[in-house]
Amino acid sequence: MYRTRNLLLAAAGAFALSGCQYDVLSPAGWVGDQQRDLLIISVLLMLIVILPVLFMSVYFPLKYRADREDTSDYDPEFEHSNKLEAVVWGVPILIIVALGYYTYVYTHRLDPYRPLDHLEAGAPVEIQAVSLDWKWLFIYPEQGIASVNELVVPAGRPINFSLSSSTVMNTLSIPALGGMVYSMAGMETKLHLIADEEGVYPGRSAHYSGPGFAGMVFDTTATSDEEFDAWVEGIRAEAGPLTRETYLALEEPSMNVPVSHYGSVEDGLFGRIVEMCVEEGKVCMGHMMMVDDMGGGGLDGVGDAAAYSYDRARTIDGFGNRIELPPLESHGGGHGTEHGTDHEALNGTEQPNGLAYVLAMDPNALCSPFGTQTEKETNGI
Amino acid sequence: MASEHIQPAETFSPIFGRLTLDWIPIHEPILIGTFAGVALGGLLVFALMTYFRLWVPFWKNWVTTVDHKKIGIMYMVLAFIMMVRGFADALMMRGQQAMAAGGSEGWLPPHHYDQVFTAHGVIMIFFVAMAFITGFMNYVMPLQIGARDVAFPFLNNFSLWMTVAGALLVNISLFVGEFARVGWLAFPPLSGANYSTGPGMDYYLWALQIAGVGTTLSGINMIATIVKMRAPGMKLMDMPIFTWTALITNVLIVAAFPVLTATLALLTLDRYMDFRFFTNDFGGNAMMYVNLIWIWGHPEVYILIIPCFGIISEIVSTFSRKPIFGYRTMVWATGCIMVLSFIVWLHHFFTMGSGANVNTFFGITTMIIAVPTGVKIFNWLFTMYKGRVRLEVPMLWTIGFLVTFTIGGMTGVMLAIPPVDFQLHNTLFLIAHFHNVIIGGVVFAVFAGVTYWWPKAFGFKLDEVWGKRAFWLWFVGFYVAFMPLYALGLMGVTRRMNSYPDAAWQPYFIVAAIGAVLILAGILCNFMNFYVSIRDRKRLACGNDPWDARTLEWATQSPPAPYNFPEDISVVGREAFWQMKKENYQFSTDYQPIHMPKGTASGVVISAFALIFGFAMVWYIWWLAIASFVAMLAIGIAHTFNYNRDYYIPADEVRQTEAKGALA
Repeated sequence: MYRTRNLLLAAAGAFALSGCQYDVLSPAGWVGDQQRDLLIISVLLMLIVILPVLFMSVYFPLKYRADREDTSDYDPEFEHSNKLEAVVWGVPILIIVALGYYTYVYTHRLDPYRPLDHLEAGAPVEIQAVSLDWKWLFIYPEQGIASVNELVVPAGRPINFSLSSSTVMNTLSIPALGGMVYSMAGMETKLHLIADEEGVYPGRSAHYSGPGFAGMVFDTTATSDEEFDAWVEGIRAEAGPLTRETYLALEEPSMNVPVSHYGSVEDGLFGRIVEMCVEEGKVCMGHMMMVDDMGGGGLDGVGDAAAYSYDRARTIDGFGNRIELPPLESHGGGHGTEHGTDHEALNGTEQPNGLAYVLAMDPNALCSPFGTQTEKETNGI
Repeated sequence: MASEHIQPAETFSPIFGRLTLDWIPIHEPILIGTFAGVALGGLLVFALMTYFRLWVPFWKNWVTTVDHKKIGIMYMVLAFIMMVRGFADALMMRGQQAMAAGGSEGWLPPHHYDQVFTAHGVIMIFFVAMAFITGFMNYVMPLQIGARDVAFPFLNNFSLWMTVAGALLVNISLFVGEFARVGWLAFPPLSGANYSTGPGMDYYLWALQIAGVGTTLSGINMIATIVKMRAPGMKLMDMPIFTWTALITNVLIVAAFPVLTATLALLTLDRYMDFRFFTNDFGGNAMMYVNLIWIWGHPEVYILIIPCFGIISEIVSTFSRKPIFGYRTMVWATGCIMVLSFIVWLHHFFTMGSGANVNTFFGITTMIIAVPTGVKIFNWLFTMYKGRVRLEVPMLWTIGFLVTFTIGGMTGVMLAIPPVDFQLHNTLFLIAHFHNVIIGGVVFAVFAGVTYWWPKAFGFKLDEVWGKRAFWLWFVGFYVAFMPLYALGLMGVTRRMNSYPDAAWQPYFIVAAIGAVLILAGILCNFMNFYVSIRDRKRLACGNDPWDARTLEWATQSPPAPYNFPEDISVVGREAFWQMKKENYQFSTDYQPIHMPKGTASGVVISAFALIFGFAMVWYIWWLAIASFVAMLAIGIAHTFNYNRDYYIPADEVRQTEAKGALA
């Protein structure tokens, strides 16, 4: 087994030697290593049938050319053979069975949601990654700092990513460490990676997300524990806070954003990002679901659409500039095709009936994200 | 401000909707140049057609025709024209990525580049590949089953013009407004009302909806034709393989395209009526769109490739002078692919957070498709085995197909393995893979088919020298253009980036751009081939059966008479024409009048109103949308009262036509 592994590495090394960084073939972390091994196993398995096919594709038409000298082997009746049919179905089926086995094993082993505790590699680092228009925000909840377009991780320790997005879909992709997972607004996805060696690895968004997409690139620096701690301390000492207000300012669309840092992070910010209630006056999604579950508030609930509206305030034009849509008049109970009232309406003293209904059921509706609250109340179940 | 440019302000007037002069891209030199070229070309065609008095014959013989052969040819013409457009987009992308390394911005800003890659994908799939295969199925399938036309000839004409209307709408977006900037499948929320403002995304929706009507109706039409109109005696298991693949593809079309229609309709409701199916807020779920669009999208790629399997089967058999090896296996393998293609869609988004069991299931179902596909490749190989293979141009394309498609299949299975896909998803490896199967599979098979059936359609062969030049340029060009993308994919390079920081990638992109130029030369050779062959048609003239072929379409004249066969033929066994040749069968000379469908202008007129309707919807010109929609309905209803739909070709005319054919 060890020997095959070395062979695989040698094969990968041949590519790597060509001068470019073949991150997928010579990754720098356990996850990427495993994925590379599987890639090579699958190619080798398939070559069992691919190589003969490629050979026959060229050899048969040449050998059986119409103008060959001896055409005595021409057999126009040869159109069926049970033996050959058994081979052409059987061999591919066997290969797919083998490949299916590896697929089952590796897909479970490398499930991006599976923590890497089995590596016994030390305490994991929690990172909350948020794709914004058009930059990456990395929140380090344990360290209480955040960085934009820069990811620093301690080498040799698992990284537990929680992913979300402020508007459209992106994927967090650091090929040298391993595979990617989508980040989506209003949802939290997970990804577990590890950097085995110190180094700087390119990262980016790998899902097209609008005009600033190409600039969503960042360096991932894997360092020693000490350097990581020093980096954290430096940011704590120098950078300003990431509060709900500064987050909303950061969230404004911008392109090719330079690296910046935040020395502290407001409690529960990531939960609010996921539940789309960072802005003042918005109902968190968990509450919305709870209200829906309890019957939804009926027509009374329609009037305060602004408290639930999210996308409208983030409207952009084709060049990535935010478009300020004029606040729409609230029609009280129920309005047909309008985009919902602007959230400003809620900052006034008057609160529409529906919102009162929500608040009556849960006074905390506007104040704390549902997720963090339940986590406290239910011991995280 | 994220950019110094801003979009024209959103205004609304009752007459022009949101269309203002600001939306005419007069500040874009590339578009102005293109517009000037298209306008000059259009004027030239207009002038020539007027000078040679071709308008009336064009209207009578082509635009309003219900003849499946002419409709097939028009689909092919549409596909070739749109291929030029789609390939121009490809060249622009390759040029951009060859330049935009390490801080350089290249020559296309994101606003333009993002439209280009969206348009490239949409055009190549919906208006090139789909038009090619629909063209082949229209032209060849009724001839292969001994029919005089398709089951619903008017519907066929209508389907063609709806497809053309969709294509026109995409092209209008070049000069009036903009196209979508969302990628060819337009994932929300990016394609929703707030993140894709402006008319681009609406052009996408209405173009695909209008063309989709044509595709779905054409699918129904073809199924009815194959099921009901086969020559007496032709059992299902006697049908030529191409007809089998046409049947299966159309079943897929009828099953899958309504999903696309519904999905796009939901997104349209989101954008126009403030519904919340796929938004972030109000309980919308964008992942639902991703599932739905791929439930159509995966069968779609089999819709494209399965008829190409049919084309390759016919050519391999004819040029090896042998019946296809393993006919039954071939049919069953295609059937397996048809069923399996509906249970693999999730492999397009393994990385969206599904659990390991779900990912494993969809990974393994995907790999299973490789088995029937592999069987088909073996069957083609064993058809050549112990045959007498003539290495003429259609056979060159076929060998190019076998080699290239096999490699593309292998990289496809790699991507079907979830953990490998975690790494390669959305990288250039994926781009290389699907171009490997679409160029190496669909395009090579289409050119093989064009070369193979051209003499049937026009009575003369294509020039061999230009054909070989085109093949070699395409074949080498493909590898030069896409092998670097495989390499870049293994470096983890992402698709759709209009610039990139790592200058080490640039040499690969430059090689890929050179490959694109080689393919350009190949396309020029294709067109040169058409020109030279039409010019030298006397030299290249051939009989009705130039390839010594085996299936029924070759029993007709070249080009076939409007009625296809002079008598109601009956068929025994497979390879009907091969049997006829063995028995020295002659058509009876006791000619009868032949019952034929009559042409009608309804199809093209309804489609013209559909185009106006789509344009009005894109620009919110509500009065025009209502008026054109009512006009479509009215003409459609009026058409049902048209009882003057058929005529008889008199026996004398049949006799004369057959006599002329015998001389030729």
